[in-house]
Amino acid sequence: MWLFDRDLWIEIFHTLGQNMFRTILTMLGVIFAMIILVLLLGSANGMSNGFDKIFAGTASNSLFVWGQSTSEPYKGFERGRRIRFKLEDAAILKENIPEIEVLAPRIELGNHRGIVSVYRNGQTSGSAVYGDFPQIDDITKKKLVEGRFLNSSDIEESRKVCVIGEETYELLFEKGEEAIGEEIRINGVYFSIVGIYKPNNNINIDGENAVFVPFSTFQKAFGSGDRMGWMAIAVEPNTKVAFVESQIKRLLKNKYDVSPSDERAIGSFDFSEIFSNISSFTTVLQGFSFFVGIFTLLAGIIAISNILLITVKERTKEIGVRRAMGATPKIVRRQIVLEAIVLTAFAGLIGFSFAVGVLGLLDAAFGSGNDFPFVNPMINIPQFSVSFLLMISLSLLIGLLPANRALKIKPIEALREE
Amino acid sequence: MIEIKDLHKSYKMGSNSLHVLKGLNFSIGEGELVAIMGSSGSGKSTLLNILGMLDEADSGEYTLDGVPIKNLNETKAAQYRNKFLGFIFQSFNLINYKNAAENVALPLYYQKVPRKERQEKALKYLDQVGLKEWAHHLPSELSGGQKQRVAIARAMAAEPKVLLADELTGALDSKTSYEIMDLIQTINDQGNTILVVTHEEDIAHMCKRIVHLKDGIIEKDEKVKQVRASAYV
Repeated sequence: MWLFDRDLWIEIFHTLGQNMFRTILTMLGVIFAMIILVLLLGSANGMSNGFDKIFAGTASNSLFVWGQSTSEPYKGFERGRRIRFKLEDAAILKENIPEIEVLAPRIELGNHRGIVSVYRNGQTSGSAVYGDFPQIDDITKKKLVEGRFLNSSDIEESRKVCVIGEETYELLFEKGEEAIGEEIRINGVYFSIVGIYKPNNNINIDGENAVFVPFSTFQKAFGSGDRMGWMAIAVEPNTKVAFVESQIKRLLKNKYDVSPSDERAIGSFDFSEIFSNISSFTTVLQGFSFFVGIFTLLAGIIAISNILLITVKERTKEIGVRRAMGATPKIVRRQIVLEAIVLTAFAGLIGFSFAVGVLGLLDAAFGSGNDFPFVNPMINIPQFSVSFLLMISLSLLIGLLPANRALKIKPIEALREE
Repeated sequence: MIEIKDLHKSYKMGSNSLHVLKGLNFSIGEGELVAIMGSSGSGKSTLLNILGMLDEADSGEYTLDGVPIKNLNETKAAQYRNKFLGFIFQSFNLINYKNAAENVALPLYYQKVPRKERQEKALKYLDQVGLKEWAHHLPSELSGGQKQRVAIARAMAAEPKVLLADELTGALDSKTSYEIMDLIQTINDQGNTILVVTHEEDIAHMCKRIVHLKDGIIEKDEKVKQVRASAYV
């Protein structure tokens, strides 16, 4: 097989190597094009990774459901009736809708987004206070700075414990002061701190200034009875959130005598929508980068073809001699096409290595920061393979141009004395 | 070795055509050293191109070593050139980025001779033209006479049936020309068939036979007493 013919490759590298300056000039276009392609793709990937990092810790297939007030009269009830969920709803929903993976009911002290005064040693903080189940941590992960999050024994034993936000800590404690085990007072009830959390990057449902207490403790301490504020629900990975959402609403509407056509009575927020929006944004960005990069690459390869066309003219005599010496048209064509491919591949590799280095530097500069969505900007192996394969096939096609030009040279014309 | 019957060739120059070869007949036997002489425009280059399969005759027969040369496609022509013919050009036509040995080995490469054997043969033929020590020099480092010697070694490397030399001394001074002709005579003495196209009387007389071309026909075809070039060197 000619592909493994050592002499052929020696011949090609010899030809290219003997004309170093020309070779390097020829390659520049593809080198730059490859740099652009890899940088663009890598940055798009970095952005995608960055968004992933921001959303890490929030179950992407999740939704929130809460009660609002009715907008239609139904079954003898007037419109404007406030819908208040009960704790039993959680069990009913879980039982009837198997697609629900995690369901975490929550209750807030005061109104929605209400602020409650939290005291400690004469310091005060206006914080949101939530009654929670430990399962909430499976839906929106808390980053704990110290201690632990609520657990099931806290619920079972209705322990008077709490987890506070970093901002709450700063308001209630001196810098560096030990907080775990200390007590804070909410509405006259004392809770001992078991953990301090940090807001989870940019997705921040709870705020930084919040106090979490076990749901059961909340019920007893603040007399909330069987009331429930809202539910955070994680859906099985392969189920559409919207489907579960409509099932939940139908069930709840039925239970609370809400008209099936009442859109306002039960509020919900589908988290997966944001995720799919952002992931389609990054996909478009990646596709666009690829598109731009490939066309730049095409321009680079055309430049190679152009220069090869010129050099074929310059090499008229050489090609004529080769043909007089017995080089068949096939051999001449193969040599020139292979020269184009080798040049392109080599240039591509140089550009690729350089761009990967630049991406590495970018990663070192921005990759670890939390505020800029840019993590691990690198092109992956399929992307690399596709662009490389595309590049090689393009250079093969375009190398045929100068090759055919070379074939048009008749040895007799090439050897004619000037 | 070479058999030519009623060879015609004309070129179209715009509306009128130029009849260059008007029915040539001759044959060259094995081991001959023949000069084809003629002034410019006599058709000698055209004849050489046809003999070298670089161009095709309009009509007539051309047989080379018993093989009819007719209707060749480019690939076939390249293979025949490689197998049957060695070319020596006026301007040497060495590949300037290949050293002497690599230039000599080039026809062997197209014959798919293994690399090692190629190198051995290249050195052998360089030795024969007296340039073994120059094997690794680039053409730019060689004198005109040395370049032509390399070209001769290259033409011989493929061990062709016929060597075709086109004004091989045209770019050389007379002393170097005689040295080259001395080499050509030596090669011919070894039994090689050589055809030399020239317009120089003294070069022609160093061959054994002179074919005079004029206006596309053979004016005279004579055996001559060979002048040995070594006498002038």
